[in-house]
Amino acid sequence: MAKYYIYHDPTRCIGCLACEVSCMDWKGLPYGEANCRIFRFGPEALFGEPDLTFMYTSCFHCEKPLCVEACPSGALAKREGDGVVVFREDLCIGCRACITACPWGIPQWNEGTGKIHKCDYCVDRIDQGLEPACVTRCPVDALKFVRVEEASQLKRMRWLRDTFGRQVAPAANY
Amino acid sequence: MGEKKTVYSICGMCSVRCPIMVEVEGGRVRWISGNPHDAGMGTALCAKGIAGRALLDDTERPLSPMIRDGERGSGKWKTVSWDEALDYVAEKLKAIIDQYGGRAVLLSDRGGPFGEYRKAFLKAIGSPNYCNHDVTCAVSVNHAALSLFGFGRKTLNYDYKNTKHIVLYGRNILESIKIKTTKAVINALDRGAKLTYIDPRYSVTAAKATRWWKIKPGTDYALNLALIHIIIKEGLYDKAFVNRWVHGFEHLAKFVEQYTPEWAEEETGIPAQEMYLFCREIAQDAPHVIFHPGWMRARYKQAFWESRTTYILNILMGAIEVPGGLFFMKGPKDAGKKGLNSIGENLPKVEEKRADGAGWKYPYINKGPGLLHRAFEAIKTGDPYPIKAYFVHRHDPLTGLPDPEAQVEIFKNLDLLVVVDVNWSETSKYADVILPECTYLERSDLIANQKGLKPGFRIRTAAIEPQYDTKPGWWIYIELAKRLGKGEHFPYESIEDMWKKQLEGTGITVEQIQEKGFITLTDKPIWYDRMNELPFKTESGKIEIINKKWEDAGIPCLKPYEPPEKPPKGKFRLLFGRCAWQTHAMWMNNPALHPYLKENVLWINKKVAEEMGLKDGDKVVVSNGGYQKEMRIFATELIHPEAVFMLHGFGRTVPQQTRAYNRGVADQRLEVGLLDVYDPAGGANALCECFIEVRPAK
Repeated sequence: MAKYYIYHDPTRCIGCLACEVSCMDWKGLPYGEANCRIFRFGPEALFGEPDLTFMYTSCFHCEKPLCVEACPSGALAKREGDGVVVFREDLCIGCRACITACPWGIPQWNEGTGKIHKCDYCVDRIDQGLEPACVTRCPVDALKFVRVEEASQLKRMRWLRDTFGRQVAPAANY
Repeated sequence: MGEKKTVYSICGMCSVRCPIMVEVEGGRVRWISGNPHDAGMGTALCAKGIAGRALLDDTERPLSPMIRDGERGSGKWKTVSWDEALDYVAEKLKAIIDQYGGRAVLLSDRGGPFGEYRKAFLKAIGSPNYCNHDVTCAVSVNHAALSLFGFGRKTLNYDYKNTKHIVLYGRNILESIKIKTTKAVINALDRGAKLTYIDPRYSVTAAKATRWWKIKPGTDYALNLALIHIIIKEGLYDKAFVNRWVHGFEHLAKFVEQYTPEWAEEETGIPAQEMYLFCREIAQDAPHVIFHPGWMRARYKQAFWESRTTYILNILMGAIEVPGGLFFMKGPKDAGKKGLNSIGENLPKVEEKRADGAGWKYPYINKGPGLLHRAFEAIKTGDPYPIKAYFVHRHDPLTGLPDPEAQVEIFKNLDLLVVVDVNWSETSKYADVILPECTYLERSDLIANQKGLKPGFRIRTAAIEPQYDTKPGWWIYIELAKRLGKGEHFPYESIEDMWKKQLEGTGITVEQIQEKGFITLTDKPIWYDRMNELPFKTESGKIEIINKKWEDAGIPCLKPYEPPEKPPKGKFRLLFGRCAWQTHAMWMNNPALHPYLKENVLWINKKVAEEMGLKDGDKVVVSNGGYQKEMRIFATELIHPEAVFMLHGFGRTVPQQTRAYNRGVADQRLEVGLLDVYDPAGGANALCECFIEVRPAK
C-alpha cells in the first residue's frame, strides 16, 4: 500500500529549482530533465492583487498505477510493503505506453537512453533511512517526505495558518 | 566503488560560501549537500551548490595555464606548463616593478574570507593597490555604516530568526539566496513576522511579502526621509536608546522636518497614508525589527544616503544589539580566545598611497576594498602614478563593472593582465596569461574566522585532488612571490604549513575544525550590554548623525534630497538583478544550470508595452551607445512604468563557453559611460543611473 507522500508547501516554496537540480544530480538524468518539476502561476495581477505561486509536481505513486498496468515489460512495478512505484531501466523497452496511460504526465522520455524515467522516491536513499534527493536539499524546507496520512493534516494546518495568520497545531497536541 | 569519505567544507559556487558536506567515493564526488552540523543550514543546498558536481566535469573552462598567442582578445592561446606560465609572469612583473615600482601592480578579487595570501603577496612586492569587487556591491553600504558607527557593515548582522518585521529595499532575499538567511526569513514569515519589500519590480521576495511598495526607481532616500519624519514627529522612536547612543539627533530632527510624507508620496508614488500606517505598525514591533541597509546597493548616486538613512531607521527603532534586530558580530577575543595568526612573515609596511585615492584624495573612503573604478582611472591616466600590471583573481570586471568597451580601452595601458579563475570569465578573454585555479571541491583554503554570536573558525578542505592541470590560488601567489625573490615572507610548502601557522597558540587543531567543518569558541551566544558597552568606533564613541570625515571633505551627512533624473522620452531606466539558480554571472555556462535559463528577458510595464504596440513575448531591440541586441519581453503590470528589468550576466562573448556564448543581453554593455558615474560619498558605481532605448524588433 502507498505509504509515502512528498508534501509541498507553496507558502514556503521560493521556486529556486533546487529540487529539480537535486533530482537530476542524484539520478544522473539529462540536465534540465528532472523527475520532479516546479511550475509557476504568475507573476501576475490576480483580481488586482499581485501573485506568484509555485507548485511542485512529481509521481503520486498511485494505489492503482495506470503506468504499471500499461507497462508490458515489467519495468514499472508497485513495490511490496511501501507501495513505491519503482522503475527498472534495464527492463524498459521504450514503448511509451506509460506516457500515454499516466493521467498526470509523470513518466518522461529520456532521449539519451531511449527509455523513460520517473520518480521512485529515491528508493536507494529511503532504504538507507534517508529522504528523497529533492526533499533533502530543499533550501527552505518547502518539501516534506511524510506518510500519506500526515500530508492531509499538514495541508489543513497550512490553510488554517494562512487564513487566520496564526500558529496552529492539532488540538490534542499539548 | 572505492574508498568512501565525508568532507565538511565550504561551497564556492557563489560569494555566500555556505557550509557543505561532500561525500566522496573512489576519488569522485558523489553527493554535495548542506552541512547538517550547522543547525541553520541542515542538508539544504541551492541549485548552484548542487551544480558543483557538474562544474567538476565541465571541460569548457581553462584546464591548464595559457599564454596569449596573438593580439589581446584574439582568443588565441598557447597551453603551457605551470613553470613556464609562472616564469613568464614573474619576468614581466620584475620588469614592471624595476621600472615603475611595486605600486604599479593592481589586484582585484571578490573579497571573502580566504584572500589573505593575495593581500600578503601585494604587500610583499610593495603595492598598496588591492581592490575587491565592492564598488559594484556594498561599498556605499559599508561607508554608510562607517559614517554612523565608525565600523563597517560587516560588524552588524541580522537576527532574522527572532525578528517581527523585516524591511527590504530591493534586497531580493529569497532569490539572491544565502541559504541560512533565506531559510530563517521563510521561517520568520511562517511564524507571523511581517515583511515590507520595496522594489519597482515584483520579485519572489515581493511575492512572499506582507507589503510590497512598487516605488519609483531611485527614490528610496525620499521614502526614508519621510519615514524618519513620521517616526520623530509622532515620537515613535526608542528614546532611551537614542538618548544614550545618538550624537546629533537634533540635526536629524531638524533636517527631516521639510520631508513630509505628502511630499514623499509625490516623489516615490507610495501613498502617504501607507507610510503613516507602516511607521505605527513597525514601532509596535520595535526593537525586534530589521531595516536591511542593502547588500548590492551599487545602483544610484545617492546610495550612501539611502543606506545611511536605512541604518538610522534601525537606530531609531532601537534595533541594535537586540534579538530580532541587528547584532554585533563577535570575534575570538569576545570569547576570551586567541584569534588566527596572520600568514605573512615580517611583511614590510606599504607606505605608498593608493592609486585609487582611497585614504588620501578621498580621505573618507576606506582603504580596505578601495575603489576599483578609480584604480581604472589611474590605469587610464597614469595619475597619481602608472599602473602597469593587473591581477584579476576570480573576479570579472568586464561583467561586473559597467561599460566593458571602455574598460578594454583602459586595459590597453597595461603591460600585463593576469587572470586567475576557475572559469572563462569575460575578462579572461583579454588576459595575457590565464592561471587556472582548481575548483572549491579540489582546493583547501586558509582557515577563516567565523564571526557571530558564537564566534569560531571554519575551513574549506579539498574533497578530491585537482582533476586537471589547475592549482589552488594560494599556491599560485606563493610560487610567484618566490620567483620574485620574496619567498622569505611565505615559508610554506603546503596548506598544512599555513594552517599550522594560523592556529599557533590557539589551542585548536586543524582536525578539530575539520571534524564538522567549523568550530565555535563558546557555547553561549555573546551579547553586549546594549545600554552600557556598545563599541562604536567613532570619535565620540556614539552613533554620529554628522560625521566629520565626510563633512570636512564637503560631503554633507544629511544631504538635501535630489530627485532622480527622469528617463528621456522613449527611454527606460535599466534595472538588473538575479534569480535563485544563477549567480550574478559565474555559471551561465554550467551544464546543469544552463538549461534553466538560456536567455534573459526584458520586464516592461504592460501598459507601456501596449502603447508601443507590444504584447507579452514579443521581440524588442534594446540599445544604448554602440550596443544593441534583440530580446523577448515579459509584459507585466508588476514593474514600474519608468523602468525595465533584466537578469544580469548574459550575452557572453567567450566562444569556449559554447552553451552560454552570445545568448541573451549583457546589461553591463548597455551601461555605457557609467564607469565614471558613482556615489561620491560611498564610492559605489551607480549602475541604475542608466537609460536605454527599447523599440519593437522588425
